Formats: sequence, C-alpha cells, structure tokens
Amino acid sequence: MSNTILLTVVVLGSVGLAAAVILYFISQKFKVYEDPRIDIIQEALPGANCGGCGFTGCRNFAEALVKADSLNGFNCPVGGATVMADIAKILGKETVVTDPLVAVVRCQGSYENRPRTSVYDGVKDCRIAHILYGGETDCHYGCLGYGDCVKACKFDAIYMDEKTGLPVVIDEKCVACGACVKACPRNIIELRKKFKKDRKIYVSCVNCDRGGPARKACKVACIACNKCFNVCKFGAITIKNNLAYIDSFKCTLCRKCVTECPTNAIIELNFPPRKAEEETVKEIITQQ
Amino acid sequence: MLKTFTKGGVHPPENKLTAGCSIEVLPPPETVIIPVAQHLGSPAAVAVNKGDRVLTGQLIARATGYVSANIHSPVSGTVSRIDTVTDISGYKQTCIIIDVLGDEWISDIDRSPDIVREIMLTSEEIIQKCLDCGIVGLGGATFPTHVKLKVPAGKKCNLLIINGVECEPWLTSDHRLMLEKGEEIIIGTRIMMKALGVTKSIIGIENNKPDAIKHLGKLLDGAGDIKVQGLKVKYPQGGEKQLIKAITGREVPSGKLPVDVGVVVQNAGTAFAVYEAVQKNKPLFERVVTVTGRSLSKPGNFLVRIGTPVARLIEGAGGLPGDTGKIISGGPMMGKALANLQTPVVKGTSGIVVFPAAESSRPQSAPCIRCTRCISACPMGLEPYLLMSLAEKGLFERMKAEKVTDCIECGSCSYICPAHRPLLDYIRLGKTTLLKMMREKSVK
Repeated sequence: MSNTILLTVVVLGSVGLAAAVILYFISQKFKVYEDPRIDIIQEALPGANCGGCGFTGCRNFAEALVKADSLNGFNCPVGGATVMADIAKILGKETVVTDPLVAVVRCQGSYENRPRTSVYDGVKDCRIAHILYGGETDCHYGCLGYGDCVKACKFDAIYMDEKTGLPVVIDEKCVACGACVKACPRNIIELRKKFKKDRKIYVSCVNCDRGGPARKACKVACIACNKCFNVCKFGAITIKNNLAYIDSFKCTLCRKCVTECPTNAIIELNFPPRKAEEETVKEIITQQ
Repeated sequence: MLKTFTKGGVHPPENKLTAGCSIEVLPPPETVIIPVAQHLGSPAAVAVNKGDRVLTGQLIARATGYVSANIHSPVSGTVSRIDTVTDISGYKQTCIIIDVLGDEWISDIDRSPDIVREIMLTSEEIIQKCLDCGIVGLGGATFPTHVKLKVPAGKKCNLLIINGVECEPWLTSDHRLMLEKGEEIIIGTRIMMKALGVTKSIIGIENNKPDAIKHLGKLLDGAGDIKVQGLKVKYPQGGEKQLIKAITGREVPSGKLPVDVGVVVQNAGTAFAVYEAVQKNKPLFERVVTVTGRSLSKPGNFLVRIGTPVARLIEGAGGLPGDTGKIISGGPMMGKALANLQTPVVKGTSGIVVFPAAESSRPQSAPCIRCTRCISACPMGLEPYLLMSLAEKGLFERMKAEKVTDCIECGSCSYICPAHRPLLDYIRLGKTTLLKMMREKSVK
C-alpha cells in the first residue's frame, strides 16, 4: 500500500522536475526583453485607457514614451502636468509643459433658438442622422442632439441638457481626451485652451451658411459680419466660410468681441458680471 | 416560364393603387429649383448667370468629368438666382432657381407626336447624344447612361436587359410608361443595342403587370432581337444584380460590374428617355412620377418637369391630407422621407408616397433573437444582424471582410426583422464610414 504511494510520488515528482528543467531552459532561450521602465510608467499613468494621448491604451503610450528621445509632443490629458512630470523623472528627461485643454460645445441651437422644421423618426444616433439629412432644423451644421458625445465620454464629463437639447461639458471632469471630438459627426466640439477659473470666450456656432439663411435657421447663428474681426486687437479672430473663429491660444479674454457680436454667437463664460452700462453712466455723473 | 432570382428577397404588400391611372401632364410651376447634383458622379457646373433668359431644353449646367451629366432647363423663364437649397440629399446644395414665363421650347426639339422608327445615328453618335442630353438611369440610382453604354476596353457585352420590374411597392410610373409609350421604349431599346453592339435584348417585367407583358409582346410581334421575360413577383428584383440572376442565371461576382458577365441593364424609363434624346433631340427635363397614398384623393402618375417642388405634385394629386405623417420620395422600401415640401423633383424621383401618421412611425426596436430571418431575406447573401452589431461596435474593418460594400441597401433585412431592428441604418453607417476610410487611405 505504502509502496504505491511512494511510487506515485517519485514518478510524478520526477516528471515535474524534468518538465521544470526543460521549461526553465526554454524560457531562458526565448526570453523577450522588455524595458522594466514600461511597467513603472504604466503604473504612474492614470490607467483610464481613454486614448486621449493618441495611443491605444496606457500601455502603448508607456512603450512609446520609453522609446521616444524627448517628451516633446507627448501628453497625458488625464494626468496632466503632474503625471507628465513624474514620467519625466522616471525617464530622466526634461518635462515639456503643455497648456491644459478643455472640450467646448460650439452650438447654442436650443429648442428656443433654433425652430424645429421636421421630426426625425430614425435611430437616435448622431452619425446615422448625419448621413440621412441635415437634421430637424434648418441649420445643417449644428448639434443633432442624439448624444453621441455623451456615449463616447468615459469620464461622465458631458451630459445632455433636457431643456436645450444640447450637450454640456462639466469642466472639472473633462480631461480633454478628445473622445467626444472624434464622436461628433459635425465637428462641433473643439478642444480649447483652459483658462483660469474656467473662463471661456468662443464663437458658439459652426454654421457656414450665408448670414441670412443662417440667422433664419437659428437666432444665435454667426453671420460672419466681421465686427468681431475688426474689434480684435490680437489677431485671434479669423473669418472663413461665413464663420468667425477665435483662436484660444491668441485670445486674451478682453471680451471686446462679445459685446460687439450682434447675434450673441460669441459667448463668455465664468466671468464676473460686468458693470451695467447705466450704472457706469451714473458713476460718471456722480463723479462729475 | 416565370423566372426569379434565387437568394433572399421579400414580398411587401404591393399597393399599386395607381396602376390604372394614365399619365397626366402636370403644367410647369411658377418657379423651378434645379439642383446641379442630381446624378451619380461629380456635380454639373452652372452655365448660366442670374438674370439670364432661358428656354425649355436649354443647357444650364455642364457635366464636369466623365461620370457626370448635363442639366437642361425644364422651363422657359428667367434665372432668378443661384443659391443653396435643401434637396433630396437632405442638405443644402447649389441649385439654379428659374422663374417660369410661358413655355417656349428650343427649336431643335421635335415636338411632333409622330414616332420616329429609323435609327440614323452611329454607335458613337448615340453615346454622345446621351451625354449631350443629360440622360441618366431613371430607376433611381441616376448613373449617367453614356458611361454605361460605353463597354470598357477588354470587356464584352452580349446582352442588354431592360428593367421593367418596378419591384418597389406603390410605384407605377414605369408600368404606365410601358403601357402608354411601349413602342418608344422598344425603339429606345434598339438604339441602346446599337450603341452597345449587341444583338439580343430581354425586357424583364414582373408578373403583377400582365397587361404590360402582353402589350409589349404584341408590339414586338415575334421580333427576334427583343424578348419579353415575365418574372415572379419578389422584391428586390429590380436590383441590377438580382435581375441579371433572374433572367440569365449569371451571378455578378462581388465587387464586379454587370458588364463583367456580359450584361448591361437599363431601366425602361431610361429607354424612353434615350428614344426622346436620339430620335426627338429632347434633353431629359421631364419624367413620370407616381404620386400615391391611400389618403390622397386623386393619386396618379404625372409627367412633371424636373425642379417642380413636391408640394405641387401633391396639389396635383388632390392636396395634402391633414393626417399626413411622412412623405417619401421614391418607393417605401428604398425611398427617403422628405424634410421639406419645397424639395424639388430630380431626375431620379420615381415616386412620391404619402403616409398617414398612424402608418408611418417606426416601431420600437427590441433585442436580436438570432432568428436569422434577415440572412434569409438578404438578396446579396450577407449577414445583416452581424453587420449591424459590428457597426454598433465601430468595427468597420471587420465589416469590410464581411462584404458590407456589396450591400445594395434594399432594406429587406429591416423589413423582415420581427424585432424591428434598424439593420439597414447601421449597415449604411458602416458602409459610408468604411468607404470614407478607404477613400482617405487611397488619398494618403
């Protein structure tokens, strides 16, 4: 009886040992060398796998970082400057500071501003509606409102406002991964420079129609009247295809264009309230 | 013996209400809107200026490239403006807008009612005439006819098929044309046979139009060159590849053209347009459109000028019913719902179908139960349920391997699906995205 047990142990043990030895030599022979820093960097990255850096997942980004000569052009939008500084320390390279960005929805075509001219009965998917026709309003450039951007966001940083039917970006949550930018078939969402206190000035319209039809389709459409272009001292505004565009890297947030815009297509966000004009007039009078 | 294609197909209710209504001429409207992109291929270039006086049949937009078509003024009047207007594509396109004044035709057009039987032109001259007169396929795809009539070097065509199937439910414009202009269609067929250099032609007609089969058979009177072939009723028999399979038994390989199996298919309406262009010197500026729907008081088949707003057609059919939910341009299977009644009729508009609100809304879709009815229905042998889920997941490269580019967008899968899944919507999304990706790749 004890003999059987002993025999089993010896046979199985020697088979296991032989296999272990073979496996050891094989694994030595076919060993794939991997830079240990890849694991360390992956550890340092947020692990969101959002693709915002332009690579498929954090692992691929880490591999690319290790291979690269300098960190120029690499940025993890989720981790931001702190994570990039950590990575620079691990790799012993210089940190490259990039401006933080934030997603901005450039359309104000709410139910109130943009009258509905037809009813869409198809699949509630922006891409499908975009292939079919111009949309439920006469503006064939603006937001379709079926929330492809919301579905694309992995950070819950964008939601549909039921009152307006437009998506809203939550600035604190947005990591500027650009998933919504890619998801939007109409290129309405743009990554713009993030200013302090989330202050923003931008042309909230992408309508390339001439002034008349654009205005007819939407109360707050850009009509390319050139007024903002003329008032901007910093060359931040360009007009192309019947549409004004403010370059966020040139803009100084002086707010001149906002007051100039006749259709309120240019909007300012998170600024302290301006002194009402009447009050200023009164102040001047009292001072005199 | 009746023939049909083997793979897939569905049987939607026919509802050919207007089969007995003879073609009525609708007078030109006050203004016409003529899109410069109403054919497959590159848009035509505007050849008139604002304020120009134009005559009916005058060239107003010139073809730009090989796959393109000329556009002629359907009315006489003044060009009021050249502007962007929403057309059938659902987007704003460049259009020529003409204010109508009288109806003065250019003198070249032979307006006599006599039928010209003798074909005087040579093969090259016929093709040139089709190009000059802006003839495009009138079945709906609007592919320029002159391109189709020129057999590519190294390929041989030995059969011309005339498509008189009209497999879309509700539509009857080709049916009426075959009954009323049968002789012209036969001459048009002979003209195209001459252009292609073929000696044989078959006119395919579905069995739900026995009068048309009989009428054309009688007109042909045993002529050896053209034969009429009756077909079993099945949608989408009017698809080029399905029709070739039904009539000849030949299968067009994936990614190939009908001419690769020695066949060219032309629509019966195109045959009539070719007759008018070659024998009567008349450019393509009017066509027969079926305006139908159970709620319309006077549905019918109308001969209308291109550029007429759809609203006018509905007026002609007794006015817009109050309970209308959807108006579809084309047939209910492949047509497109209109977003605007001012959308103009274009060369490819074969019908306008009006549906009451109760019949037109899309039912709520439910999850796929893998019943495979879409696979049985697909006339191209594809797997629609799989293509849809691939499109939903964004796996467009996989869709290419699954031959999504073969899809003819007939809508049989969406029609048959018991769960009302929007199969075609997603397949079309995949197809469009994939084609765009492939174009971008080839540019790089």
